[in-house]
Amino acid sequence: MSKTYYDPADLRKFGKITDWSEELGNKFFDYYGKVFEEGALTAREKSLIALAVSHTEQCPYCIDAYTKDGLERGITKEEMMEAIHVGAAIKSGATLVHGVQMMNKVNKLDG
Amino acid sequence: MIKVKTQSLHKRESLLVQSKRQLEILSNGIFQNGELPKFKEKIAETNQFPLKAKKLEILQINVGYMCNQVCEHCHVDAGPDRKEIMTKETMLQCLEVIKNTGAHTLDLTGGAPEMNPHFRWFVEEASKAGIKDFIVRSNLTIIRANKKYYDLPEFFKKHNVHVVSSMPHWTRGKTDKQRGDGVFDKSIKALQELNAIGYGMPNSSLRLDLVYNPSGAFLPGNQASMEKDFKKALLEDFGIQFHNLFAITNLPISRFLDYLIASENYEDYMYQLVDAYNPDAVTNVMCTNTLSISWDGYLYDCDFNQMLELPVNSKVKHISQYNEELLEGRNIVISQHCYGCTAGAGSSCQGTVA
Repeated sequence: MSKTYYDPADLRKFGKITDWSEELGNKFFDYYGKVFEEGALTAREKSLIALAVSHTEQCPYCIDAYTKDGLERGITKEEMMEAIHVGAAIKSGATLVHGVQMMNKVNKLDG
Repeated sequence: MIKVKTQSLHKRESLLVQSKRQLEILSNGIFQNGELPKFKEKIAETNQFPLKAKKLEILQINVGYMCNQVCEHCHVDAGPDRKEIMTKETMLQCLEVIKNTGAHTLDLTGGAPEMNPHFRWFVEEASKAGIKDFIVRSNLTIIRANKKYYDLPEFFKKHNVHVVSSMPHWTRGKTDKQRGDGVFDKSIKALQELNAIGYGMPNSSLRLDLVYNPSGAFLPGNQASMEKDFKKALLEDFGIQFHNLFAITNLPISRFLDYLIASENYEDYMYQLVDAYNPDAVTNVMCTNTLSISWDGYLYDCDFNQMLELPVNSKVKHISQYNEELLEGRNIVISQHCYGCTAGAGSSCQGTVA
């Protein structure tokens, strides 16, 4: 058994999830592939969204994959960092907006 | 002024100067222990081994390894210190071939081909042969490097030369990182000068194409999308226009191999190339319709094999013995670097192939 939870080499084995559940695995990869095709959003825009979400999900495989994907598309490091800030802003905003719930509770109990 | 950031492997006296050493690296390790299939095994899976030369379409001549730039990933290991330059005598032998070849494209490369002292004479003579597409691979900065080169755009125009130039990104940072400080600004100026005399303009017969190759250990993205992004950025920021963008994969040889090893990216990069292997690209890979001639007149299946000192597998070895019929049908000499030309949409000196 590996001594670490994450191994970069595992990303290359992602496709193997179909080995133990072929139908569901194939449906997932078909869906995944379709999502990232050019559509109302460009593939470039989707790559930046994926990079931001990779960070908010804190998925090391996804961060590796979408950093490389961005470089392949000519996306600059400044664009990548800005995308991550969008993710970070939503994450922190989502935390802080719950502060209103705390304020409501304080006001009700101790107002 | 261009500030050279790196030195050629020759100047550094690197072990990789020996092509034998490069070929050992490409055949050992992950390719020896069976982790990854050798290129020969891979193409055999689709009955494409041996790879055979078809009818010659492109004659590529490397007129010397001297260059005013020392780009990080140069597969030629070109630089100001390289003294290998094609002589007039070898050029005369090339001209004989150019007059009689069935190839539709003549492609001059280097180094900076313009630094060969006989370059202009050679272009004047070669252009008389009436080959359909006459390419000069110009690094752009040479046009601004010295007063004696300032008139190159007019010279190219006079001889209806098709200019193909490297441009790794539309931003200064990424371009200068790969090609040296100051390269971006000089390249922009040179492109504007080429545009000013008609090169690269819509509907102009003066062809100006750009070559994109990645600035690091990753593969090029979709050629058409990259072309769109390049065109938009260069037009908006600098008013520059060009015809096509060729997306080229960096092959794991010479300075790029050195970079991959030093940055501990070699194995991952080879995995990327093998994972992206596309048998359709093998069908049109450039070595099957191209012949590469070195500065000293020897014949190779491609510029990469030239740098690895892997000569053509034919009785005809040198331009002085040239025989197009004998060369047709020869077995192409391959090694694991060939995965670079078969990844994704494929890669060649004229861009994608699949």
